[in-house]
Amino acid sequence: MADYKAPLRDMRFLLNEVFEVAKQWETMPRLSETADPETADAILEEAAKISQSLLAPLNRSGDEEGCRWENGQVFTPAGFPQAYRTFIEGGWCGLGGNPEFGGMGMPKTIGAQVEEMIQSANISFGLYPMLTAGACLALDAHGADELREKYLPNMYSGIWSGSMCLTEPHSGTDLGIIRTKAEPQADGSYAVSGTKIFITGGEHDLSDNIIHLVLAKLPDAPAGPKGISLFLVPKFLVNEDGSLGARNTLGCGSIEHKMGIKASATCVMNFDGAKGWLVGELNKGLACMFTMMNYERLGVGVQGLAAAERSYQNAVEYARDRIQGRAATGPVAKDKAADPIIVHPDVRRMLMTIRAMNEGSRAFSTYVASFLDMAKYADDSATRVNAEALVALLTPVAKAFLTDRGFDSTVFGQQVFGGHGYIREWGQEQLVRDVRIAQIYEGTNGIQALDLMGRKVAANNGKFYELFANEVAAFIEANRENPALAEFIAPLSAAIERLSDVTEHVLNQVKSDPNAVGAASVDYLDLFGYTSFAYMWARMVLVAKSKVEGDTSGFYDSKIKTARFFFSRLLPKTMALAESVKSGAADTMALAAENF
Amino acid sequence: MKVLVAVKRVIDYNVKARVKADQTGVDLSNVKMAMNPFCEIAVEEAVRLKERGVATEVVVVSIGPKAAQEQIRTALALGADKGVHVETDVEVEALAVAKLLKAVVEKEQPGLIILGKQSIDTDNNQTGQMLAALCGYGQATFASEVTVSGDKVEVTREVDGGLRTVALKLPAIVTTDLRLNEPRYASLPNIMKAKKKPLETVSPADLGVDVTPRLKTLKVVEPAKRSAGIKVASVEELVSKLKNEAKVI
Ligand SMILES: Cc1cc2nc3c(=O)[nH]c(=O)nc-3n(C[C@H](O)[C@H](O)[C@H](O)COP(=O)(O)OP(=O)(O)OC[C@H]3O[C@@H](n4cnc5c(N)ncnc54)[C@H](O)[C@@H]3O)c2cc1C
Repeated sequence: MADYKAPLRDMRFLLNEVFEVAKQWETMPRLSETADPETADAILEEAAKISQSLLAPLNRSGDEEGCRWENGQVFTPAGFPQAYRTFIEGGWCGLGGNPEFGGMGMPKTIGAQVEEMIQSANISFGLYPMLTAGACLALDAHGADELREKYLPNMYSGIWSGSMCLTEPHSGTDLGIIRTKAEPQADGSYAVSGTKIFITGGEHDLSDNIIHLVLAKLPDAPAGPKGISLFLVPKFLVNEDGSLGARNTLGCGSIEHKMGIKASATCVMNFDGAKGWLVGELNKGLACMFTMMNYERLGVGVQGLAAAERSYQNAVEYARDRIQGRAATGPVAKDKAADPIIVHPDVRRMLMTIRAMNEGSRAFSTYVASFLDMAKYADDSATRVNAEALVALLTPVAKAFLTDRGFDSTVFGQQVFGGHGYIREWGQEQLVRDVRIAQIYEGTNGIQALDLMGRKVAANNGKFYELFANEVAAFIEANRENPALAEFIAPLSAAIERLSDVTEHVLNQVKSDPNAVGAASVDYLDLFGYTSFAYMWARMVLVAKSKVEGDTSGFYDSKIKTARFFFSRLLPKTMALAESVKSGAADTMALAAENF
Repeated sequence: MKVLVAVKRVIDYNVKARVKADQTGVDLSNVKMAMNPFCEIAVEEAVRLKERGVATEVVVVSIGPKAAQEQIRTALALGADKGVHVETDVEVEALAVAKLLKAVVEKEQPGLIILGKQSIDTDNNQTGQMLAALCGYGQATFASEVTVSGDKVEVTREVDGGLRTVALKLPAIVTTDLRLNEPRYASLPNIMKAKKKPLETVSPADLGVDVTPRLKTLKVVEPAKRSAGIKVASVEELVSKLKNEAKVI
């Protein structure tokens, strides 16, 4: 397996040249205090170092060994506790955290790059701090001051970690039917009882305390999603002076044996009258999760990219090295028995597809991250409202499209290895197994598509969509006369017109067919994904074209060539997707359930 | 006690170095640069001395182009307190480096000066020794252990036959070997603090040193490609080949 090399050049290109995030920071006082280009760059360098030399070496061994459950205790694989120590000593758990409580206050545009590197190196490891960061976001946004003061500093420092306890055996997608109960106590706390399953990092040996954020219902709560509240339930109770007290009445019943991310503990958590505290308002538990959820969903999307990037690096090295067959245009490596397989067009197709999708994904996640930053830090409310709408619209695309294409890419990366891709020692099959979960958790990709089409497009009659379409239209307008961009502007404008047309079509269909959204949503999300990637590629190429002359590194030239591949070989998929979406729901629903 | 550490910006150890087409040197355009690994060890040792309360201030100095400030910032993020950048675009040779460092030593008056034993780009292994001679200080090269007590420093050196321990009177020069320590990762809070730490820029002229090269590089070429090996059938054959073909025994 190739050594992981963080794609810092591409990250810098996006941050400094395409999106010019430093200019954005200057307009946002709370960010301009913490973030500047030099510091950001030093952070990326160090994150690359940690990912490459601390986390990547534990990826394969962690997969082989897995986690171990013994009498309620969970042990992570060899090397994980030490690596976690080093990781938290670096302060990485608090990267995006609120500075008031010891966080670093770094923007998400930087956080997304750091997450990519960590997840490329080791998804299983990356999940522990990722869950902590998610719990901190919810707690910081909705928790009472005493809770924030008591818990956030130790969570940002990583001494304590976090978990998110939503799923129950009978309740996954449909959280409205959860059964975990919270009974009010005389001292203002709650006694939480119930069973949660699939809890990532619910128990492990990395941190001194684990702070669970648990969804539960009060005995008299309204039925359905409107009766759900959010509680903070620590593994160890915390004394007034901040020291650890008694063990709370909760425990880990077992861990799952699963397809991938084997070094990440997926736990059954039993709460038995455990002491907890309300976070946010009663019965507003799901709403409290929303802010956090956009960050987490983008983070899961980035996992898709991260695994695909690793797979790509391995596949390129292998394709240059493995000799098999001769190039169609005549022998290339004449001194060898055969040519390296990178000469074969079909191998190229796979490598170019991964590359085009990865660079598109990195641009798109950075783009969405920039709206998350605006939504959180912008000074004027109009910018915030606008950014919030775009975050709402684009997050399901980032989560589902990046993980679906990321999974495809890890399979391509495996395919490049032929039979060797199926063998453990090359590492390609682990990437396929590890990334597969990203399509499922944090809301399945099917649910993301429903969210996009139902809630984010149809429910507001295309208002959010219009914001996005207008931005793309403005870009097209501004560059229509630019000869350097001509070959890209025409297909981009055709694609956005197609998407707008399909969107309108669906908005009409919804009125007469309740199944219209459900039947079309995944294809619609893909159509949206390819179209927004076309916009990303056009923006990247605009910069690349202006800098390609005299550049001896080949970076800009490769950008332009990869953009051409995206436009000619991948964007045409939007035509087929548009046709599928427009065909309606009837044929999907025609077969009676008993005839399957 | 103040500790002065010299750090050099070099081609990253992960990069496969390529010779320029005109054979005048190594191609450094578009190549990742980093702090010389032995210098990282020197910074780490100084920071540890500070953490142990032995050192009161750690000053890092780097000689090189504007971009060398990145390496100074890296050292500041690892825990050094102050940076001095001697800015020059000339490829400064070991003797000139030693002269510039001597000027900085005179200004800063450190009790201990730590350098890498060599830089991985030119592998000269000269600067520390030259600096010791110019300053008239004692030197302990290839250090694998450094203990300061009072006005003395005890240094365990890695020599061919094993380890040799020497005691030097301070101020003294120490150059680091690989086993001295394992450098830490920079922490986020320190990375963020680094930009607020002082970094002073001076020129060789300010320090009164002429850095004009005295050596002329005639040609730089890549090492000859290794030819394929062969498998020998027996120990006898191996011995015979070592004797008769390789002529090494
Ligand atoms: C390794 C792992 C880690 C996890 N980590 C966590 C964690 O930390 N915390 C946590 O709370 N949960 C966690 N989960 C749970 C995960 O989020 C759920 O598995 C996921 O949300 C789906 O729920 P489910 O498994 O009950 O599937 P179901 O909800 O039963 O869904 C089954 C299928 O039906 C589809 N479906 C369901 N409802 C609809 C609908 N209304 N319309 C269309 N299609 C629908 C789904 O898309 C899916 O394809 C984890 C799961 C795994 C496997």
